[in-house]
Amino acid sequence: MSSGPVVSVRDLRVYYGTPRGTVRAVDRVSLDIGEGEVLGLVGESGCGKSSLGRGILGLLPEGAVSDGEVLYGGRNLVGMNAKELRRLRGPDLGLIFQEPMTRLNPLMRIEDHFRETLEQHESGLTDREIRTRSLETLGQMGIPPTRFRQYPHEFSGGMRQRIMIALALVLRPKLLVADEPTTSLDVIVEAQILGILSDLRRTFGTALLLITHNLGIVAEACDRVAVMYAGKIAEEGNAGDVFADPAHPYTRELLRSTISLETAELHSIPGAPPNLIDPPPACRFHPRCPSAMVVCADRDPVEQMLDDDRRVLCWLHGPAERIPEGGTEPLEREEIAVAEEA
Amino acid sequence: MQRKPDAPARSDVLVSIRGLKTYYSLRGSFLDRLVGREAGSVKAVDDVSLELRRGEVLGLVGESGSGKTTLGRTILGLVSATEGSIEFEGREITKLSEREFRALRREMQIVFQDPHASLNPAMTIGQLVEHPLQIHGVGTRTERRIRVAETLSTVGLDPPEQFMDKYASDLSGGQKQRVVIARAIILNPALLVADEPVSMLDMSVRAKILELMLYLKRELNLTYLYITHDLATAKFFCDRIAILYLGRIVEIGPSEAIYADPKHPYTKALLRAIPDPDPHSSVPRDLPPGEVPDAARPPLGCTFHPRCPMAFEVCGWETRDLRDLLEARWALQAQERYEAEQAVMGDLTTLEAPAPRIRLHAGRGRTGAEMAALLEAVRDDAPDARFWTGVKRIVADGDHVEIEWFDPIPPRPLEAGPTTVECHLFDDDALAEAERRRGQRASLDAVS
Repeated sequence: MSSGPVVSVRDLRVYYGTPRGTVRAVDRVSLDIGEGEVLGLVGESGCGKSSLGRGILGLLPEGAVSDGEVLYGGRNLVGMNAKELRRLRGPDLGLIFQEPMTRLNPLMRIEDHFRETLEQHESGLTDREIRTRSLETLGQMGIPPTRFRQYPHEFSGGMRQRIMIALALVLRPKLLVADEPTTSLDVIVEAQILGILSDLRRTFGTALLLITHNLGIVAEACDRVAVMYAGKIAEEGNAGDVFADPAHPYTRELLRSTISLETAELHSIPGAPPNLIDPPPACRFHPRCPSAMVVCADRDPVEQMLDDDRRVLCWLHGPAERIPEGGTEPLEREEIAVAEEA
Repeated sequence: MQRKPDAPARSDVLVSIRGLKTYYSLRGSFLDRLVGREAGSVKAVDDVSLELRRGEVLGLVGESGSGKTTLGRTILGLVSATEGSIEFEGREITKLSEREFRALRREMQIVFQDPHASLNPAMTIGQLVEHPLQIHGVGTRTERRIRVAETLSTVGLDPPEQFMDKYASDLSGGQKQRVVIARAIILNPALLVADEPVSMLDMSVRAKILELMLYLKRELNLTYLYITHDLATAKFFCDRIAILYLGRIVEIGPSEAIYADPKHPYTKALLRAIPDPDPHSSVPRDLPPGEVPDAARPPLGCTFHPRCPMAFEVCGWETRDLRDLLEARWALQAQERYEAEQAVMGDLTTLEAPAPRIRLHAGRGRTGAEMAALLEAVRDDAPDARFWTGVKRIVADGDHVEIEWFDPIPPRPLEAGPTTVECHLFDDDALAEAERRRGQRASLDAVS
């Protein structure tokens, strides 16, 4: 399906300095995004998924520090100067946000948004070319040409998000990062937008990193999935395989607690996601993990590759030779009080 | 907390709503106001009737703009009803003064969607939960503190001393929502309106809050009005479900019936759209196009008809549907083709005014015949578009065409098994009328 990664992330770390201490939002994450691939990045709020998305694009807020490698076209984006990064952003790497209204200038017509974007990155286009390119991209997103000269407030929420996607795609980027792109939309409109996003490979040849908290969205729209917990990738693999047979207990518990029409009984994960200033030692999920063993509270888990091109960060999958004697005994813990729960 | 005493003598119905309308008037321009011209109104709730039985959970389900939140707020007296009646425990409450209503609010409370925004950041948890008792002058200070501690334990914030002196910012999202719920139940209300109580929470937390609410319902004999856009959580929580679309209940019935055998095309679409974390699921492609239209200018006839995959002759086709049809076509066309067609059609802004007939002028220097031919070509390209069922005739004349649609018929509530549905597909009279119209159109086609 893919021919080599568009972007390779290696040992990426993103830290924020706060008065309470250093937040390790992304902690040594490695990840490949293949050409034309839709990769879902899923996790609960505060797991670091948005920081990872922004870290890949070099769009971190002030006070954030990143190191490691984000390789794009043989170059490392981490540490690249702002001017060079700006040149890559748009034509190579695009971003769509959750709140489309706040990203469109209310005083500019849709036409002018496209003109500005195209002129900035592809100088020398004629007016006619700008118009043709813009209308074609908007049309593929379902926005009719009759509305090209309207202002953002004249569009509904779903149409604004379509416009934002078109605005990112008009430059034909290699990779698009979409951070919760459907969260503020109604369920039918959400499905419409997801349809558009999961077709990007076919319509534009663009790879997509889709960041979401909704496992249902990943199952429907993504080829691969990376499950993130407390700044680390707990499990990554083919979306169908992962959902059919989750290897990491966190993936399994998260799936069980997702409420869908098929859900037969309510289920929740005890406890709450840890803060990333002072996360639990060893495996960060061990205090909440129903399968936790003695070793899980004692040593950092080692990433393991499974047969179906899947990797998992969990002692249940070994390596056996690294587990000390008695390490596979069930971990005895105190009951988690409701008070400690979310 | 003490249980409410059982009172079998009381009526089974807690809230009875009949013909309720809540309209928001639009603010027109300065000139409009100067000359006293009405700028129109938004029919947020448009002729809703339903009963809420004691001890049941009724789900109000719809997308944004469906009127579900306004309906909840009208019941609580936070928005005044324009017309119709709401009886709470047998007493008419739409005409109550603010003072009279205040006493009633002990009986009805609300939980909002966003727990972060619902809690005053400058008050401790103890103060927040005690506040309703103070407002209603319940008990002495000591009694109130005991009641607060009991209530915190009830919602799972146990031991309460650990939370009393904390601030909202010290708590997680789920804990905050527990505080909001504690504050809502401390006066021992009969009715709790829960407006999207879990939609801001993480997946792993939602089930806990829903379970807490079900527990409280049993323990405290509560009746819930559960307002949500999410049919998946509603399935777990609700005894009955009402589906709202643009201010009207389009389908209402027992939960099992709604999920097992949805009747209204809108209900079916909502169910299909829910993302399913199944390894074999894919994005549904056969969903209604577009979004919920502007409630200030709703579509004629059945307000769902422009998006409905089943709409037919009687559903209220009109000018704006033609505009939508052309725009959807042009979005997918090459620029040259679109520009050529647009030149023939001319200015489409006259299609903005809702009407089942229109005299549409051709573009500059073009004729009505060219326009009619273009419309014929549009039809040939997609003859199955539901739009064409509603077109009575298209007549070219000089520099314009006259287009006439069949007159809109507003749908009415009909019983279909255990559910009540507002859709012409279930109305024998409407089906017969559609048959008659098909014949009429065929004979008109034969003449032309």
